[in-house]
Amino acid sequence: MLIKTPRSWELKESDVTDEQAFRQRRRLLQAAAALGLGAALPAHALVGPQGGGRPLPGLRDTAYGKDLKPTDYEDITSYNNFYEFGTGKGAPARNAKDFQTRPWTVRVDGECDAPGEIGIEDILTGFPQEERIYRFRCVEAWGMIVPWDGFPLSRLLARFKPNSRARFVAFETLYDPERMPGQTRRVLDWPYREGLRMDEAMHPLTLMVTGVYGKELPGQNGAPLRLIVPWKYGFKSIKSIVRIRFTEKMPRTTWSDMQPSEYGFYANVNPKVDHPRWSQARERRIGEGLFSGKHPTLMFNGYEDEVASLYKGMDLRRFF
Amino acid sequence: MRSGDRWIRWGLKPAVLALGLLPFGLLAWGALRNDLGANPLETVMHGTGDWTLRFLLLTLAMTPLRRALGVAWPLRLRRMLGLFSFFYACLHLLTWLVLDQELAWHNIVTDIAKRPYITVGFAAWLMLLPLALTSTRGMMRRLGRNWSRLHRLVYVIGVFGVLHYAWLVKEDLREPLIYGLVLALLLAARWRPRRLRAGVRLGAHC
Repeated sequence: MLIKTPRSWELKESDVTDEQAFRQRRRLLQAAAALGLGAALPAHALVGPQGGGRPLPGLRDTAYGKDLKPTDYEDITSYNNFYEFGTGKGAPARNAKDFQTRPWTVRVDGECDAPGEIGIEDILTGFPQEERIYRFRCVEAWGMIVPWDGFPLSRLLARFKPNSRARFVAFETLYDPERMPGQTRRVLDWPYREGLRMDEAMHPLTLMVTGVYGKELPGQNGAPLRLIVPWKYGFKSIKSIVRIRFTEKMPRTTWSDMQPSEYGFYANVNPKVDHPRWSQARERRIGEGLFSGKHPTLMFNGYEDEVASLYKGMDLRRFF
Repeated sequence: MRSGDRWIRWGLKPAVLALGLLPFGLLAWGALRNDLGANPLETVMHGTGDWTLRFLLLTLAMTPLRRALGVAWPLRLRRMLGLFSFFYACLHLLTWLVLDQELAWHNIVTDIAKRPYITVGFAAWLMLLPLALTSTRGMMRRLGRNWSRLHRLVYVIGVFGVLHYAWLVKEDLREPLIYGLVLALLLAARWRPRRLRAGVRLGAHC
């Protein structure tokens, strides 16, 4: 007999929105988006090469996070940490307005049998894109609920055939100070680098993200391709990726290189392990207003059932 | 009453009072209209913190300014500017206690004890408190020479305030460095005239 234990994010069949209704809603939204854009921009902008704002075609809905109320698109796209476009929260939205994301290629190499390059168009058309609503938790003790669009990272990685020496995956953001004005100052050691252990990278929750709210990612959110690892602090979820490398050794990562006592390689959301400068026990939800109060931080950002086994036997205070 | 006096009392002081309340008014207006950005608490915390430091630096600028210009009005504004710094420091602290920490006293005490940037920030507020309480003419008279001794705390408060800001930011130290630089200049401006003071003597109490 098959006994099915529902996961925390799963819903009963009866809770799922009827597909007809969902499609209709999506069509309405897309039409509204197109009209909104059409009114504000010249016609060529609608078909131009720029990413951000264009609806993603063929998006599949999923049950992930259907019980969560998403943060407004406006807040998600105006309150960003993306030092490549400036250090203030509002700077990325201002400075990434004209960020060109075409052409865009990602080089994948290192410990794999089929190294190579893949263009963003192949990524958008070659992998079925789906929408998942995830919690997003910044190390600065604030959080959002984001409907991300993308596909499991494992599918992309599998295409390049990692070999048996591949124990980690390293990621790099674009380095181009002409297009990313924040990089003209050495606030961070550019290019931004992040990494995951192979099992974390292959985990079904780990996403390659191409859009938000059914539209291509805007520059400030990491266009055209970013990582989302929902149980880790946001700085792990590297943006505007141009390079992926399979490695045998744990790769160096930007924030833990700069402040090893404050930022670890793992950076799992954990209410019991404080950042040296602030408590992680509770978090503020963006968009809830000045007087809303905080929410208790959830272990692994609420994905404990799915990912706790990855860290069995590890001292999470030491490997923070 | 000299005409300059009247100008200060009925022109300059009310104008500075109104300008000093403007940041508060804008924050309150933004809060009422729910228009303080995606993270309104952060906007209020940063806004009140910034204005605390700005008014503190303005307060510290008044003595050198009077010496440089040889006029009386900067000193007449010093108390009001200092009280504005205290006012914004109180708003800053209250926002943190009530809206950020939600009056969870155990966490508040732990944070003050454990996190250096909060420790120095809170210490700076504690030191501002006696300065605000003794800012009246009566207290000035009663304390005599001790009044100026006590009010030298403002230099320590300035250093603590800048440290509080610098230890808070993650990597981009530009803004705290600007505040630190202005503070250093204002302190240096006091340093040098000291030797000359006996000869120049611009006023009775500086």
